[in-house]
Amino acid sequence: MENLVLQALSGLASASSLFLVASGLTVIFGVSRVVNFAHGSFYMLGAYLAYTLVTHLPRGHLGFWGGVIGAAVLVGLIGLAVEMLLLRRIYRAPELFQLLATFGVVLIVQELTQMIWGAQDLLGPRAPGLRGSAEILGLRFPLYELFLIGVGPVVLGLLVLLFRRTRWGTLVRAATQDREMVGALGVNQRMLFTSVFFLGSLLAGLGGALQLPRESVNLHMDLSIITEAFVVVVVGGLGSLTGAALAALLIGELHAFGILIVPKITLVLVFLVMALVLVVRPHGLLGKPEAAARGGQGSAEPVIGPAPAALRWLALAALGLAVVVPPFLGDYAISVLTELATAVLFAASLHLIMGPGGMASFGHAAYFGLGAYGAALAAQWLGAPMLAGLALAPLAAGVFGLVFGYFCVRLSGVYAAMLTLAFAQIAWSVAFQWVEVTGGDNGILGVWPDAWAAPKLVFYYLALALCLGATLLLRRVVHAPFGYALRAQRDSALRAEAIGIDAFRIRWLGFALAAAAAGIAGGLFAYGKGSVFPTYMGIPRSVDALLMVLLGGVQTLSGPIIGALAFTGLQEQLVRLTDLWRLILGAVIVLLVLFFPQGLAGATRARWEARHGDA
Amino acid sequence: MATLEVTGLEKSFGGVRAVQGVSFSVAPGEMLALIGPNGAGKSTCFNMLNGQLRPDAGAVRLLGQDITGLAPRQVWRLGVGRTFQITATFGSMTVLENVQMALLSHHRRLGGLWRPVARMDAAPARALLERLGMADQAARPCGILAYGDLKRVELAIALANEPKLLLMDEPTAGMAPQERVSLMALTAQIARESGIAVLFTEHDMDVVFSHADRILVLDRGRLIAKGAPAVVRADPRVREVYLGSGAVTGAH
Repeated sequence: MENLVLQALSGLASASSLFLVASGLTVIFGVSRVVNFAHGSFYMLGAYLAYTLVTHLPRGHLGFWGGVIGAAVLVGLIGLAVEMLLLRRIYRAPELFQLLATFGVVLIVQELTQMIWGAQDLLGPRAPGLRGSAEILGLRFPLYELFLIGVGPVVLGLLVLLFRRTRWGTLVRAATQDREMVGALGVNQRMLFTSVFFLGSLLAGLGGALQLPRESVNLHMDLSIITEAFVVVVVGGLGSLTGAALAALLIGELHAFGILIVPKITLVLVFLVMALVLVVRPHGLLGKPEAAARGGQGSAEPVIGPAPAALRWLALAALGLAVVVPPFLGDYAISVLTELATAVLFAASLHLIMGPGGMASFGHAAYFGLGAYGAALAAQWLGAPMLAGLALAPLAAGVFGLVFGYFCVRLSGVYAAMLTLAFAQIAWSVAFQWVEVTGGDNGILGVWPDAWAAPKLVFYYLALALCLGATLLLRRVVHAPFGYALRAQRDSALRAEAIGIDAFRIRWLGFALAAAAAGIAGGLFAYGKGSVFPTYMGIPRSVDALLMVLLGGVQTLSGPIIGALAFTGLQEQLVRLTDLWRLILGAVIVLLVLFFPQGLAGATRARWEARHGDA
Repeated sequence: MATLEVTGLEKSFGGVRAVQGVSFSVAPGEMLALIGPNGAGKSTCFNMLNGQLRPDAGAVRLLGQDITGLAPRQVWRLGVGRTFQITATFGSMTVLENVQMALLSHHRRLGGLWRPVARMDAAPARALLERLGMADQAARPCGILAYGDLKRVELAIALANEPKLLLMDEPTAGMAPQERVSLMALTAQIARESGIAVLFTEHDMDVVFSHADRILVLDRGRLIAKGAPAVVRADPRVREVYLGSGAVTGAH
């Protein structure tokens, strides 16, 4: 009994810290609609800055608390700078494009943090006056945790006061409900957005700074907190402060008790709960449906036509190179090319649902990984030959695509994307924790191609043929009635329904088709590497796919192909050439976002059309 | 038999009784106008006919078949075309492709994964556009079309499934006066030729009184008058509803 109470208390302390970060994220999203990946980086910066300030300022209350507050304000200013220098310029870019920019910021911050503070974990001093512990029901409980439990509600109270009692707060609430109307009423949106970013980043920084006495400061804090914060924000309902508080409480306690009750599935518990909440309440616990976009005509996405002759020639030339050159290359270069081929198909499959389908997926790696595991498990447990494994890969991915997609495609926007993430995490944690079957973290080794395909070059040609074939097939689908139906429901759900199109069915089948295609890529990847690991389904790989599609351009068919080649190629080269690859990759992404807001292929197309008239 | 028969339609939103006990019918080839001041319940009434809203009570029959509560896409399959007050078209497709989509859906060919749309149902789509005077715009994207032209595209889409009933919510809103007259004259001509029953709402009284065979007047959710234009124009209750606006006489 006493243990349970303490467990509940430590759950409250985690909930409190989680709320600080999530509240900033939700306020920023509510007003600017930016899915801010960099929020976790701000949290990490808060912790590092607090470490530096606290260790350099004189010891004692003033030094410690001054350092914490100072760090929070500094992070707020950094957020302000990011908004003014970067995000402000791309609010008009296609939805989710800002996500790409913030991810660039994540990479840059990671590298800079490592340069400044080094790679080793840092242990900060404990909070003066809160070093000891209190006795609760005969057991000892750290005072600092008790203090944290108090911080959450106090910050919530202050924020509520700020939003209810000040003119600025009223504007923020108004903008969260209906941004367009606030603009129409003559409110200075720039100031509003910038100040909201300052506040949100400050809260993230404060959350990070307050972790200093609790845990070591390290370089993984950014990505570990951002997923949790997103879960909290989505479960609570995007833009809802009380929702975030409620969800933080739920997730914090879930963590605390999950370990006691169901230790086997702790990793997945949070995502299971998120999936459950979203299936039952598509807008989170306290969220409201977004105000419908006005303007009547809706999207004016470009028309999709056959590729111009120049592009066909370019594609043929690239294909020619891909076929002719590899025999002259070494094994390493050939396996890089094999990887590129699978990346192209992986990106093209995600593009089908993101571009024509109009749905974002934050968990597309699940289907890549399910394809890989499908092939590997068949090889390991059934002794299946390679071709059987490769046939099973899209089947496994497609079936799970049908099951997961059934729930995901009912939702819209970020909620749908987060549900795909939840399912991907569930798949990931099954692969990670079901050690008897999947080998857990050690993965499945020895997934090698059959003897005839064992030479690297032969396998490369096989991968090229299958990936290219599947990519061209997807392209064909986009030009066929099914692809048009996908675009129809994206362009106007109202009109689609009015001409007999069942949008749910079309989205569902489109999702499953994309999953199956990603499965092919995953299966080939598994045989190419000779092994599968849970990381194949991890968030970083899903983000990679997202980056490839966005980088290439969502609204062009060649976008994902170009994006996959550019991103994978660039990353591969940078990692090999320099230790600073994250800094450079991040900077490249940020620059691309600023100068090619339609993606690489989109920008090229715009240039082309400007020169050759409306295509 | 009447094409559309509506009996005792009711709909409330919270405490507001938006539509109360509305009954009427439309005959093949007939142009029936549904008019009334803002907030009278026209759009609510309309949205219950094609399944966008589920009525609280009452029945909607299409050629004798009960279609109450069916989803819009099911209602469409039974032969009901629809145009919207604020046009809804596929902005990323050309005018021709928009019409092709309706035809393909009508022929249940939307599951196709292989043959490109470019070569499917293009001829009949072109013929429909020809009929509406939009053939020269066929290759333009709907996303950049003028509003009046979009209204015509919508009509072409609505005619693609050879409908028995056309529901047009303010078909001429946002159009220039000459365009309005020609579009409605064309609609009336098509309706008579093909025996299509047309139900439309409209704010422009010129359009209503020159093209409707019969008129229904809705006020605060109730039908207060129905009949031939001359009868409705003379009805004292209608005059009362529109009093001061002078709209019934055609002036603005």
